[in-house]
Amino acid sequence: MTTEGVVSKRPARRRFAGLFHGRPRLQVAALLAGPSAWLVVLYLGSLVVLLITAFWTVDALSGEVIQGFSFENIEALLNEPVYRTIVWRTVRTAILVTLTDAVIAFPIAFYMAKVASRRGKALLVIAVLMPLWSSYLVKVLAWRTMLSQDGVINWALNPLGLHGPGYGLTAVWLVLSYLWLPYMILPIYAGLERIPDSLISASEDLGAAPFTTFRRVIFPLAFPAVVAGSIFTFSLTLGDFITVRLVSNSQFIGTVIASSITNDLPFAAALALVPIVVMIAYLAVARKLGAFEHV
Amino acid sequence: MRLSRRARGLLRFGVGVGMAFIYLPLLVIFIYAFNSSKILKWPPPGWTFEWFSKAFESESVRESLLTSVEAGAAATAIALLLGTLAAIAVARHRFFGRETVSFLVILPIALPGIVTGVALSNTFTQVLGISLSLLTVIVGHATFCIVVIYNNVVARLRRTSGSFEEASADLGASTWQTFRFVTFPSMKTALAAGALLAFALSFDEIIVTTFTIGAGEETLPIWIFRNLFRPKELPIVDAVAVIVILISIVPVYLAHRLSQESGGIAAGKGGGAAEVAEVTAAP
Amino acid sequence: MRRRKAHPARTAWLIVGGLVAFMLVLAGCGSSSSSSSSSSSSSGEGGEGLQKLGKSEGELNLISWAGYVEPEWAKPFEVKTGCKVNDKTAGTSDEMVDLMKTGQYDGVSASGNATARLVAAGEVEPVNVALVPNYKTVFPDLKNQPYNTFEGVNYGIPHGRGANLLMWNPDAVKSAPTSWDVTMDPKVAAQYKGKISQYDDPMSIAEAAVYLKFHEPSLEIENPYELNEEQFEAAVGLLKEQQPNVGEYWAEAAKQIQAFGSGDDEIGTTWQYQYFALQEEGVPVAASPASQGFLPKEGATGWSDTWMISSKAKHPNCMYMWMNYIISPQANAEVAEYFGEAPAQSLACDKTKNKNFCTEYHADNPAFWKRVYYWETPLAECGNGEEDCMDYNAWVKAWTEIKG
Repeated sequence: MTTEGVVSKRPARRRFAGLFHGRPRLQVAALLAGPSAWLVVLYLGSLVVLLITAFWTVDALSGEVIQGFSFENIEALLNEPVYRTIVWRTVRTAILVTLTDAVIAFPIAFYMAKVASRRGKALLVIAVLMPLWSSYLVKVLAWRTMLSQDGVINWALNPLGLHGPGYGLTAVWLVLSYLWLPYMILPIYAGLERIPDSLISASEDLGAAPFTTFRRVIFPLAFPAVVAGSIFTFSLTLGDFITVRLVSNSQFIGTVIASSITNDLPFAAALALVPIVVMIAYLAVARKLGAFEHV
Repeated sequence: MRLSRRARGLLRFGVGVGMAFIYLPLLVIFIYAFNSSKILKWPPPGWTFEWFSKAFESESVRESLLTSVEAGAAATAIALLLGTLAAIAVARHRFFGRETVSFLVILPIALPGIVTGVALSNTFTQVLGISLSLLTVIVGHATFCIVVIYNNVVARLRRTSGSFEEASADLGASTWQTFRFVTFPSMKTALAAGALLAFALSFDEIIVTTFTIGAGEETLPIWIFRNLFRPKELPIVDAVAVIVILISIVPVYLAHRLSQESGGIAAGKGGGAAEVAEVTAAP
Repeated sequence: MRRRKAHPARTAWLIVGGLVAFMLVLAGCGSSSSSSSSSSSSSGEGGEGLQKLGKSEGELNLISWAGYVEPEWAKPFEVKTGCKVNDKTAGTSDEMVDLMKTGQYDGVSASGNATARLVAAGEVEPVNVALVPNYKTVFPDLKNQPYNTFEGVNYGIPHGRGANLLMWNPDAVKSAPTSWDVTMDPKVAAQYKGKISQYDDPMSIAEAAVYLKFHEPSLEIENPYELNEEQFEAAVGLLKEQQPNVGEYWAEAAKQIQAFGSGDDEIGTTWQYQYFALQEEGVPVAASPASQGFLPKEGATGWSDTWMISSKAKHPNCMYMWMNYIISPQANAEVAEYFGEAPAQSLACDKTKNKNFCTEYHADNPAFWKRVYYWETPLAECGNGEEDCMDYNAWVKAWTEIKG
């Protein structure tokens, strides 16, 4: 089918398309109508409704939402020490998981991007992608059985006179680091891939030791990619409630939201504002780091 | 890069430890899928293929798999449309609020799933009075899938010059013809890679799904979640997981091939992350 | 990787398409199409519920406790009535209330700590017992109780009752405990530090209250669900002291089964369901014998469950058929023996496989049930006309604080 053919068969379409010709503003408006209806009206709209819901209350007996205006939930959140403990525990774990993943991910990503042969690189990329396609829940279940008293970790460690961490905060840290690791490896790998080899050669030719090249050239250039990966590891940890429940007794922001949504929706909404605020602050800091422009 | 033997050895060691960390739990899943006891003890007391045959016979496994495929396909279709439109607007036009678009697209994936889930279900049930169903799940999934398509397409459009489109317009092609014969062919692989990722994201999603799914519906992750708490059939869950892992080798390989086509940017669920960084910051 | 790349994009799309098609076929074969007939509910008629039983709607959506809707008796029901049963098990009463609020279920096996809330929220409607013939022979002390009858109107069909158990691993706990002090008294419980299994629900506060009612008479606790501030603080304080000793809080039966099966937990509160499931798997577990009603000396919290019909039920006829079926002598005997609870149907006692079952479970012994405190919804107004009791919201908030 030739171009002319298409045109002659579709005069109406042509007239419609012609409407946009040379009218960039109209083009942008047409392009963005759908996406913004979805993301602004539906998604941002829902977040705003969530914000409003946080000021509602519930009837103690029926659990019916009362649409009044009250600071009750926000006050409870700020004044009860238990919620501060929970928020801090969640954020602390998110930071720990992010740092752990960065430390484990960097050498792997570096090896993939700058050291491995073409074939090795392809294999490694696939090897890192694979676990992302296997069920999150089943991986958590695997960890639950591994960490149990009679699990494979204790089975391997006991002959050495050691004992695994069992269930608890350490387990949460371990399992979440495991689950989100690929989300950290891939952006760092992509970031490192973009550093031209010539830049590294130049540094070496100018007499820099490998570590100096790493510290002064590679790391600063790859840092924004680490920050990009950290957005995922941090946010995913902030919202998790299934892993936390399965391998510990600890309460996280996610577990409290999940359990209070059943009989106190407004309080759950108030609590959901915490990760929103934390993540928006995190994104702002990530942006301010200024390193993004160089990615 | 030139590295000393020791540095190279250390690096290899680091990679080996990292890979062992990634793969040992998957090995455990594999082993338990053949274990004969309903309680997952180590070492397994005996071996059986029972769970695989039960998984293949199970109607609920098939139904939930179908539901997951439906949800994934529909969410991907919506995301393809909306993500591409937004990407063309951002990559090919200058307008007031351009960075805001990027930020908006990223927000659903940067905010924890529980927030997206609670916010959407709250709006559906409390404000719009819509009862939860598979449709609400699709809406939820499409919302966070848009970013994957968007990132892939924006990255591709940034690499291909807009001058081809200008040339096409100068030669008298209409806007539609330019899109059909110039823009679209250049982003085909990016769209395919993005679609695969979006589908995968949706396929394994559990948190947003938990909050937006209707009573009669069950996606595969939801089926797994419910069966985790049905002690009588626990190892079936492992058998189903093994089957899904084996099937997923195809899309993984494909995503990799496509991403190489699209210029060496890593693909995968997190593959857009670098793009996220780029896009969030683009002034 | 030097390979001939023909049309990578097209190949990719073909494979994606093929993959999707393959999975669709895989998923599609054998999946039966569910008929979605919808007859509107009869809510709004006020007070009396359904007046006349109509034809089967072909489908039934239930919320139940694990073990209440099993294929052994659900399949015969489907065959008999043509109502395909879709069952969702819930781990806690809160979850049941929440699921009912979606309006997508026809009925629920609600415990006493959910019934009042469901009625207050208008989620359930009165049951016309005239349409449930088997109701006549239900044990009289289960009828017209505060947890199933509100202002003289009947809102449900009794299913069965039982006590929450104290279960332990006899390899670790050498002498059989006769008191809840092994989990509740901080000094005694310390020897099982990190091995205690506690139900993850605000109802655990009532468990502490049952313990205090026996050991701290000065608190003058009457009903463990009607606690004034002082009594409530004492119970909450006890659980806060228990917290460091707890190995796991369990909300789902399977989580506890796994924990006992793998030796992570050794003693704690359980339901019959987990106890029998563990026994069946050959895991060493013990509980006070059935002949003593599984009761430690303080008594125990327990449940008396009620099938209720949603006010938005899409399949009311099927729900009525289910309510009549599940308390039919045969089905009620099966579910009671499977789960390990006292049946609600007096005629079920002739149908149990174990002929002594009803005696062992004290099904027809009202005196016994005086020591079992059925779950109730805690209310601010608790019998004395004043609003000085802690309501359920306070219980929920306290439970979050206890877990820390």
